[in-house]
Amino acid sequence: MKIADKSTSAEKLVRDALEKAKKYAEYNIFTFLNEEGALKKAREIDARIKKGEKVGKLAGVPYALKDNFLSPEGETTASAHILEGFVSPITATAVAKLEAEGAIMIGRTNLDAFAHGSSTENSYFGPTLNSRDKKRVAGGSSGGSAVAVALDIVEFATGTDTGGSIRQPASFNGVYGLKPTYGCISRYGVVAMASSTDCIGFFTKTPDDMDLLMSIASGQDPKDMTTLPDYYNATDASLDNSRHAPSRPSTIGRPRPKGRSLRGSGAQSAPVVADGLESSNARVRVGIIKDFDNESVDSDIREALKNKIELLKSKGHEIVELEMPALKYGLAAYYIIVPAEVASNLSRYDGVRYGFRSEKSDDLDSLYYNTRFEGFMPENKRRIMIGNFVLSSGFYDAYFLKAAKARTLIINEYEKAFSKCDFILTPVSPNPAFKLGEKVNDPVAMYLEDVMSVSLNLAGVPGLTIPAGETKDGLAVGLQLVGPRRSDKALIEFSKELA
Amino acid sequence: MKYLPTIGIECHVQLCTKTKLFSEVDNDAKDKEPNSCVSPVCYALPGMLPRLNGEAIKMAILAGRAMNCEINAHSRFDRKHYFYPDSPKGYQITQFYEPIIGEGFVELPSGTKVRIEHAHLEGDAGKLTHFDTYSLVDLNRVDTPLIEIVSMPDIHSAKDAHDYCKELWRLMCYAEVTNGDLYNGNMRFDVNISIAAEGAKELGTRAEVKNLNSFRSVERAVEYEIKRQSKLLDAGKKVVQETRGWNDAKGETTGQRSKEEAKDYRYMPEPDLPPINLSAEFIDEESAKLPLMPKDYREAFGGVIAEDILEILLDYPSLMQKLKEIDNKYVKSVSNLFASVLLAEEKSAEYLNDLPSAADLNELSSMNEKKELSSTATKEVFLRLFDPQMKGRGAKNIAKELGLIQENDLGALEKIVDTVLAKPETAKAQEDFKAGQEKVLGFLVGQVMKESHGKANPSAVQDILRKKLS
Repeated sequence: MKIADKSTSAEKLVRDALEKAKKYAEYNIFTFLNEEGALKKAREIDARIKKGEKVGKLAGVPYALKDNFLSPEGETTASAHILEGFVSPITATAVAKLEAEGAIMIGRTNLDAFAHGSSTENSYFGPTLNSRDKKRVAGGSSGGSAVAVALDIVEFATGTDTGGSIRQPASFNGVYGLKPTYGCISRYGVVAMASSTDCIGFFTKTPDDMDLLMSIASGQDPKDMTTLPDYYNATDASLDNSRHAPSRPSTIGRPRPKGRSLRGSGAQSAPVVADGLESSNARVRVGIIKDFDNESVDSDIREALKNKIELLKSKGHEIVELEMPALKYGLAAYYIIVPAEVASNLSRYDGVRYGFRSEKSDDLDSLYYNTRFEGFMPENKRRIMIGNFVLSSGFYDAYFLKAAKARTLIINEYEKAFSKCDFILTPVSPNPAFKLGEKVNDPVAMYLEDVMSVSLNLAGVPGLTIPAGETKDGLAVGLQLVGPRRSDKALIEFSKELA
Repeated sequence: MKYLPTIGIECHVQLCTKTKLFSEVDNDAKDKEPNSCVSPVCYALPGMLPRLNGEAIKMAILAGRAMNCEINAHSRFDRKHYFYPDSPKGYQITQFYEPIIGEGFVELPSGTKVRIEHAHLEGDAGKLTHFDTYSLVDLNRVDTPLIEIVSMPDIHSAKDAHDYCKELWRLMCYAEVTNGDLYNGNMRFDVNISIAAEGAKELGTRAEVKNLNSFRSVERAVEYEIKRQSKLLDAGKKVVQETRGWNDAKGETTGQRSKEEAKDYRYMPEPDLPPINLSAEFIDEESAKLPLMPKDYREAFGGVIAEDILEILLDYPSLMQKLKEIDNKYVKSVSNLFASVLLAEEKSAEYLNDLPSAADLNELSSMNEKKELSSTATKEVFLRLFDPQMKGRGAKNIAKELGLIQENDLGALEKIVDTVLAKPETAKAQEDFKAGQEKVLGFLVGQVMKESHGKANPSAVQDILRKKLS
């Protein structure tokens, strides 16, 4: 590690990151910059290294925290007015694990308020701009985190993915973004959007960084009863025991050649993985979904998918064409189940105990009404309305229960697909980053952007966005690699084949 | 017209787990500062998730078994939504669709069987105190584990409603799942009452009286409702389906909320808690821990203790447990001491938690049986067994120290009698008795008792006096 070998210091890394964060202020990436706290921690780590004390795997690594993770550093607002002023006494499990390894949070990143959105335009603090084109959206909801990594401000950033909130902004900004298997990383201390689909994940510049972060953050947590028993560090990255692609050391905390493009680092790794494959001759079956390859999908994205398919074929992998008809119910089921859970999870924001309270409160009803009326963004309210509608007595069976049944169909559909292939490769969204304001007044068009990402959340399977080139206009294009539940490690490892 | 009342009762029981149902914070808020038994989960900070307390599951199994209920191998939680400051999450976590406790029944002392529809686990709400221009919120009670027991409409009188609630209270206390403190709301009753013409096939429209916290108020509220509803029907009017409150001082119910305004709780499966799956072995293992129930004691003591005394003593599980340790031949006398002496004491509540040993009670009874102790002296020694200074020394030693052992040695008694009869002041009385005045015998016995410093057995003294003066 470059800190350990004294070629640099944690303080220098943190100062650089903070400086870059300020330089890119116009992108509106951060809701809070942790200048004092981050520098203090960096100095502590430098002092420990100087004394020869043991430091963690992420010692001195600056990172950005999506503003829906609770920690006592800065206000945790979820980019929502109603949480303004809220400083958490609690640290989220995922944050605690990263910090225990010495990672240093330099700032909190912007998101669609309460993670409701696909563009970061629903943030109370205004939209984050796309790293490639400032007239376009960063994607969302984890827009700030994606752009922070894409602009090389930090080595990694945290995200949450309820229906694509990590994978889509990763795709819009050309970085890696993982939504792990549901239950892999504890949700304790993360502002809930939809409990049954929320996943904690990361944005990184390389698959190896992703692997390192997963090995640190994953695992069962007694504070989150939906976490799975530890499996990530016990699973083999390869698909069968005969294949062991050599794992490269992480670039996190390692010196990166100056001036070298981050996106170029993939090329550097390709031969290494190819060597690994050559020695084992493993053929991996990669499924592609026929229905997702049609006219409504942007031609540059289709082209990128075609290129990657050719690349896989050239490496000797098998391409399997899949029919997954149940996925067409994905979007409808998602926009019933998720708003229901959203409406429920947002009930606690009532102005009674913490956060914002409307000044126009003469009695209990007006306190509730005005606090929630002023405190929530229009998209929050839309989802609360939908959610309460589908749960109301007389409509529950027709909407919520039916959506739950569709969800079972989707789970079964993935199980069937993974009996025929090892991974599935699809676009993340039908279009690359759209223009600011383009879809903000058309919620349905906005929801349609999620059509390819939400089914994974309903099924609980992991999905990894990989950078896959550019459009003719220079916008980033990403593809998502999908695996069966608990295949996270193999998924990350295999993504190197596509670099 | 003659009407048949039909009554169903929902009962909330606070479980006496160490920690709350969904987080590891003290569940015993009695005498604690407001908002001092509150975790971030109770407080509903953002990002907090419920964690299920296994002890509550075990207690639910015991509670279910106490009511002869099926325990469901599979159950799960749901969210019940409503906005009120006593509910920080904006919903209560309950079991709406798949409760942990299935069908069963409770048998009342009268023999009436009341079927249990189901019972479920849920978290309690906080408490609001209202003032002129503001209200204060205390969240200490939030997420205290409750089981809500739902009966079938098998009750048809105010008396049975009273007895059912009391029997439930006993069952829960004997199962040791609740502190059973009604005054502090450990058990609360919601009573549904309807009336219909006798012989009618359909039930009448019901009114629900909520939040009753004593058996007496349940009985009175039912009596009041039967009268109120009968009057309405007699006058050709209809009963409105509504929730009513009970005013204990006025002894009447008043309308609160009618069905048209009824809330829609928007139930939804609780996504933060996985379903509960219990193996048959686990259920059996936990069920086997159920302590003896009132019916077991009724069977054991039915022929020994008078029924009315037994029913009184059954209100105190610790007394029944103690009686179970007592020698069979002394059960009756010890139960009498419990009923007539202990329960009459001012400090009885305190005493109940720290009863004398069975060995002491057996010894005391045996001394009484052998006439070594008079009944008065027995009561006195019995009370001394609770005295922190005295207890532990044994009944016999206490009796000796207090000089309460009776003189039963007839030779010794005869000497004392002779001494008394030799005294000039008794001469007249002796004459009178011989002349047929029975009542002076009391005076003479008293003189002998005095001479013996109270240790003489009075009936033996009487016998000797009669013999000597005949």
